[in-house]
Amino acid sequence: MEVPYTDTNRPDTGLYNAKVGIWLFLASEVMLFGALFSAYILLRVGAMPGHWPTGLLDVGPGFVNTLVLILSSVTVVMAWASLKLNDFKKFKFYQGITVICALLFVVIKSFEYKSKFTHHDVILKDGMRVDGHLVEETDEFIVLSHPVSYPAEKGIRERAVAIKEAEHHAHEAGGDHHHEDRKIMLDDIEKRTTWGPWANTYLAIYFTLTGLHALHVIAGALVIAYFWGPGSKMWKTHPEQFANRIEVSGLFWHFVDLVWIFLFPILYLL
Amino acid sequence: MESTDSHVHHEDGHGHHDPGFWRKYVFSTDHKMIGIQYGLTSLLFMLLGFFLIALMRWSIAYPGQPVPVVGYLLHAIMGDMASPVLDPQTRELIGYAISNDLYNSFGAMHGTIMVFLAVVPLAFAAFGNYVVPLQIGAPDMAFPRLNMASYHLFLLGGLIMFASFFIPGGPAQAGWTSYSPLATSIPTDGQFYWLVAMVVIITSSLLGAVNFIATIIQLRAPGMTWMRMPFFCWAQFVTAFLLLLAFPPLEVGALLQLMDNVAGTSFYLPTGLAISTLSDVSGGGSPLLYQHLFWFLGHPEVYVLILPAMGVVSEIIANNTRKPLWGYKSLVYSVLVLGFLSFIVWAHHMYLTGMGTKISTFFQTTTMIISIPSVIILTCLFISLWGGRIRFNTPMLFALAFLPMFGIGGLTGLPLGFNYSDILLHDTYYVIGHFHYVVAPGTIFALIAGIYFWYPKMTGRYMSEFWGRVHFWCSFVFMNLTFQPMFAQGMAGMLRRMADGGVGYSIANNPDAIGGLADRYLQLNVNITLAAYALGISQIPFIINLFYSIKNGKKVESDNPWESTTLDWQTPTPPPHGNFVGPIKVVNGPYEYSVPGAKADYIPQNQKA
Ligand code: HEM
Ligand SMILES: [Cu+2]
Repeated sequence: MEVPYTDTNRPDTGLYNAKVGIWLFLASEVMLFGALFSAYILLRVGAMPGHWPTGLLDVGPGFVNTLVLILSSVTVVMAWASLKLNDFKKFKFYQGITVICALLFVVIKSFEYKSKFTHHDVILKDGMRVDGHLVEETDEFIVLSHPVSYPAEKGIRERAVAIKEAEHHAHEAGGDHHHEDRKIMLDDIEKRTTWGPWANTYLAIYFTLTGLHALHVIAGALVIAYFWGPGSKMWKTHPEQFANRIEVSGLFWHFVDLVWIFLFPILYLL
Repeated sequence: MESTDSHVHHEDGHGHHDPGFWRKYVFSTDHKMIGIQYGLTSLLFMLLGFFLIALMRWSIAYPGQPVPVVGYLLHAIMGDMASPVLDPQTRELIGYAISNDLYNSFGAMHGTIMVFLAVVPLAFAAFGNYVVPLQIGAPDMAFPRLNMASYHLFLLGGLIMFASFFIPGGPAQAGWTSYSPLATSIPTDGQFYWLVAMVVIITSSLLGAVNFIATIIQLRAPGMTWMRMPFFCWAQFVTAFLLLLAFPPLEVGALLQLMDNVAGTSFYLPTGLAISTLSDVSGGGSPLLYQHLFWFLGHPEVYVLILPAMGVVSEIIANNTRKPLWGYKSLVYSVLVLGFLSFIVWAHHMYLTGMGTKISTFFQTTTMIISIPSVIILTCLFISLWGGRIRFNTPMLFALAFLPMFGIGGLTGLPLGFNYSDILLHDTYYVIGHFHYVVAPGTIFALIAGIYFWYPKMTGRYMSEFWGRVHFWCSFVFMNLTFQPMFAQGMAGMLRRMADGGVGYSIANNPDAIGGLADRYLQLNVNITLAAYALGISQIPFIINLFYSIKNGKKVESDNPWESTTLDWQTPTPPPHGNFVGPIKVVNGPYEYSVPGAKADYIPQNQKA
């Protein structure tokens, strides 16, 4: 038994099955991320004044990642076009770049995550609050770099601004100013958390959106890498079908890039 | 498992290798086997769902009294959630009753299992898988291996849900809707299982939906134009779109709740939330957000429950009236409009949340508009009966009963769609009565009709007609005795989700309160419970019939025993792998019955008149 139109186009629709499949799948993905974006809007609009930060994230790595993904979007098309032009070597070259870009994206993203998870938010017993990056931890005290302190009830919006300024100053003053680090005795601490998703609603939606997106990047990269490596043997036996698979995985990859194009401004810039 | 080399001679003469037990029954990629897998699994879950409500009904009718027989079993499985009952005089243990927590768990699981693990998989996945490729003249689904994966994911999700009965604290307790913050604050891991299971089930149905739509778009046989497609396929087509586009927001809803439960976020937890003490959460979340995400799926979901049923009923009515469906085109356009509109009515479930009168007005308006295409569909089906030579066999009896039952369910929905009357009826037994008329005597009757109807194609034998009739009349009577009184209870103000069936609000217990429940409404609890048990017992002939007839039923006289026009009957019985003997070319519309001057009173879609 053969299922028709697995690698040829059906005349009246002009499509092969997998292409219909991937477009439908992407439609559901649009609804998935659409719902998340709606959640973002609702939470942001509903936030109490001063409780939605802007400029909390470093634009730099986010921007680099945007470029990385745009580049990969180009190479993924070039890879498919190369196959259509019967140039397998070029395909290998371009799709190799795509995979490297995907890896780069994930690596940069994990550094960004790490910097959030090492950010400490400490509420002291004297009613003050200190934000800073953990550099040392013992049984008795912790040491935070770039510490900023203010009254505990300060909203995250103003805190974000103050933190940015402190980091800025540190950079201007040049590299290592360890004397600015702050040592805090554990006994003085009322409550201590890090900037994980639990810290506030903005970080919650940030981690959820980018985490889900990163999962998509990883899944897409695995598929693309498979067809770049072991899966590419198929080119010798079924070139048409192979090109179709590259096209379909490419469509998915474009979608993943597109989502990031929306994520970047709403999380980093607005 | 190795496939053996010996060529088994199938009747169709293709000479396939015998695929072996595992490939044939468990890891099958054949749409018909997958359909049957879905069918049997969902029927089992339906039985479980019924069993849960049977226990709950006991608690409603006889609150606090020990459950006969199964009480001890409950205690063995669920521990002290089945609360020990002592004899008031002797202080001896006389059995175990359903505690409030257990009632809540069972209620949540009844709803969840019935909707997501029983009716949808049966209506959409089982019937869709078995029938759609046959009806459009396709050899299989577009993506057979994906199809297998969908079933396995579904099974996995179901097992995760099932496993939560056996964990300490028991399954989720926050209703099938799992509203936050309630769902986040009940101290049981059951909610975690619920969420994970839902994510798996949703993934499964997304894959299924992609597969169905791609199949219908790509694999229609030559000549099977859109307007020659049987209405059943149209209904499944729209259903698949609803699943494809409405489920992802629920998946988001579940993921965010999972984050709230596991990663300590506050997506749905407002600032200052206090459950006995002020919770230690960052706050800033919105409970309304969850409700929007849930009902964005929730409403289309009710059309997922009903559209395939309408499709089944249409096929059976056309076949047994021996005349074309009246208004085929209106049916098709109505179902398309219905599908579209079902995405913009969801907040009629939220009139009482304080989302604002303007928004309520919008959703009330769209809700009234969406009733129009539903009424058109039902009207077309009613008029189709007019002047037909009706054959009253078992499938037709169930299909005919569907019409008024769904009618009652639909019409009682109108007062719930207006926000001023919903304020009174919301969360009462009136709502329970309303949607059960849609899903139980409505959808389930249609699905049972479908089982009796397609059974001869699946097995080559009829189910017993006599026991079919017994099954029908008993089900019909007890179904109505179960659900009809709920309208009265609801209008008297009895709330849903109460383990004691409203005794706490009775006039007897609150002589000074205004609007307490009168005894005659509480008395109905016992009637309903007994009717529900009778309804359960009425299914025994069906279950026996279903299995007994596989080997012992009356043999079909031909491959097309109902003398049907659609392609599903123009196949060998049961259809082999690949379905059709030769290439199929469609030349007729779907319902060429009683065409004047034709030799027989039906002309199959692939035969020239
Ligand atoms: C056929 C026998 C059935 C009976 C006797 C029955 C009875 C009931 C009753 C009495 C309740 C209310 C429980 C309460 O509020 O405390 C209920 C709730 C519910 N039922 Fe059924 N039901 C049946 C079948 C179904 C089917 C086929 C479906 C769905 C397709 C279904 C879906 C639900 C849902 C979603 C709820 C709400 C659960 C909640 O409160 O979260 N039921 N059922
Ligand atoms: Cu609704």
